[in-house]
Amino acid sequence: MADTAKPAAAKANAGSRAGTKKELPDHFKAYRHVWVAVEIEHGQVHSVSFELLGEGRKLADKRGVELGAVVMGDDRAALDAAAAQCFEYGADVVYVVEDPALAHYRNETSTSVLTHLVETYKPEILLLGATNLGRDLAGAVATTLRTGLTADCTELAIDEEGSLAATRPTFGGSLLCTIFTLNFRPQMATVRPRVMPMPARQEGRTGRIVEYAPAIVEADIVTKVLDFLADRDSDKANLPYADIVVAGGLGLRSAENFQLVRKLAEVLGAEYGGSRPLVQKGWITADRQIGQTGKTIRPRLYIAAGISGAIQHRVGVEGADVIVAINTDPAAPIFEFAHLGIVADAVTLLPALTEALAARLRVNRLAS
Amino acid sequence: MTGSKPLHSVVCIKQVPDSAQIRVHPVTNTIMRQGVPTIINPFDLFALEEALRLRDRLGGSVTVLCMGPMTAEDSLRKALTFGADRAVLLSDRYFAGSDTLATSYALSMALEQIGRTFGTPDVVFTGKQTIDGDTAQVGPGIARRLGYNQLTYISKIRELDPAAGVLTVERRAEGGTQVLETRLPVLITMLEGTNEMRRGGIDTALAAAKAEVTIWNAAAVGIEDLTRCGLRGSPTIVKKVFAPSARSEKAVMIPVEGTPYESARAVIEAMFARLPDVEAQLLETAAQSAY
Repeated sequence: MADTAKPAAAKANAGSRAGTKKELPDHFKAYRHVWVAVEIEHGQVHSVSFELLGEGRKLADKRGVELGAVVMGDDRAALDAAAAQCFEYGADVVYVVEDPALAHYRNETSTSVLTHLVETYKPEILLLGATNLGRDLAGAVATTLRTGLTADCTELAIDEEGSLAATRPTFGGSLLCTIFTLNFRPQMATVRPRVMPMPARQEGRTGRIVEYAPAIVEADIVTKVLDFLADRDSDKANLPYADIVVAGGLGLRSAENFQLVRKLAEVLGAEYGGSRPLVQKGWITADRQIGQTGKTIRPRLYIAAGISGAIQHRVGVEGADVIVAINTDPAAPIFEFAHLGIVADAVTLLPALTEALAARLRVNRLAS
Repeated sequence: MTGSKPLHSVVCIKQVPDSAQIRVHPVTNTIMRQGVPTIINPFDLFALEEALRLRDRLGGSVTVLCMGPMTAEDSLRKALTFGADRAVLLSDRYFAGSDTLATSYALSMALEQIGRTFGTPDVVFTGKQTIDGDTAQVGPGIARRLGYNQLTYISKIRELDPAAGVLTVERRAEGGTQVLETRLPVLITMLEGTNEMRRGGIDTALAAAKAEVTIWNAAAVGIEDLTRCGLRGSPTIVKKVFAPSARSEKAVMIPVEGTPYESARAVIEAMFARLPDVEAQLLETAAQSAY
């Protein structure tokens, strides 16, 4: 990612360097195949890893190479189950790394394992989920390998020579940019959960397993995991996987008016959230932020009330089947990607929607 | 590792545009930077406050480090008014266009120079990420280069014993909180909302006004190989910057006629016409909860 502290300079430089595609240094020419570093916590594969396998499959097919998945852990049964799932979601090869020291994620151990595998098997592309775990690991691995890493990609493409075009929002989410790592391998990228669609599962599909036993000496590892405090279920906002989401923006004008969003969400049995400025103002907590730097959602129905629709918000909601936008400004960018729009004050329309919906659900239930 | 010497924390801060939303010229699609005021990256303030709290509790000192243009001195002075003890600005035209790998290289060289000049840092802090780049990659990059234990997304420092060089922290993980024990030196990226930035007192403001900001260029921090800096030292290349195109299918606009209730009904009608299965599901849920 170019240094966005100097956007104007970055843009000018990007232009002047656009044609500087040098030949890949010889020692990188052996790098082939597309890899996904699979995220397993508490025995479960994070669904972002399957989403990445779906995307990785497309890249590997375009390039005519294998799709590899790396799974790490201490529990044989969980690793076997994870490997089987990776095959069903598109992997050709699964690198299974088993060691008691890998019972919990630790940067130190995972970085050394993944770096070793990359140096041994030389993938040209390495994808990770842009979760806390994936970002922690990707940053350390890319620095160790002295290669390029592009965070939070919203689109991945590949050319005939195997150059990865990684597109992501930039300048605080007001524009998109396409980033290449031309002269280094592997080309690394992270993608947030739900940005890519879940691929179809091909039951019974299998592949090759490559075992790696790193023989980690626990005494050599500085960092110890003393405990894991699981979140209480009631604390969890499950925005990424919700079927219906209602969200508010600055158009609500006050924190009190945000209640109107919650009331509509309640009638719809929906999750609720808001745009980034609301988190900055303290109207909502960070885990309810929708957009590139918050949660990416893919609901059937998304209602955006008083949200202008900046690019960083747009990339977080574009996967919704139907987007309904309410905004007083007919020129608001949200109307450029919404399916249904109404030029209205959300503060007036939201209670009307809540009331009309409650009535409709009541009436139709009686009728049926 | 630290023995009985006082704890030295260094907080890496970045100066960013105040508005997270940089405006784009509607016609030319270029970035309008004129008149956008700058601030300390908001996420970095949680890191700074945590460093100040450690110092208040355990003694020692807090250094703030910023890489950027000469105007970034403003942000360092601001950090001094909050109570940081000294400030270092790393500025050189050779750093222009740095990606995260080149940035972590320059910062790690500056951190080593800080070590030689003011004492080895025991804890290096950064914010979780910046609000302009949003990559969260520079912190891990610094940790890796300096060989510090990497602690990202820290919500709480439970204990820190400078003499023993041991600390216990809480780290935000998927579905819960990891409690980790590790040893100094460490790099910590602080999670947002974990503390509240203090207001600087009059005395610190006065001291800050008089304080001198140390300004170093590439040579001053011992960078000899300039090909590791700036654009040349960046493996990633931004090839294209663009605005996304509008969806080919335009939004269907619901006309506003009559009362808000009538508008609401029109919206619901159009919405469910596209999603009959969603409405059916809602009706089923409503029926179940009624009996």
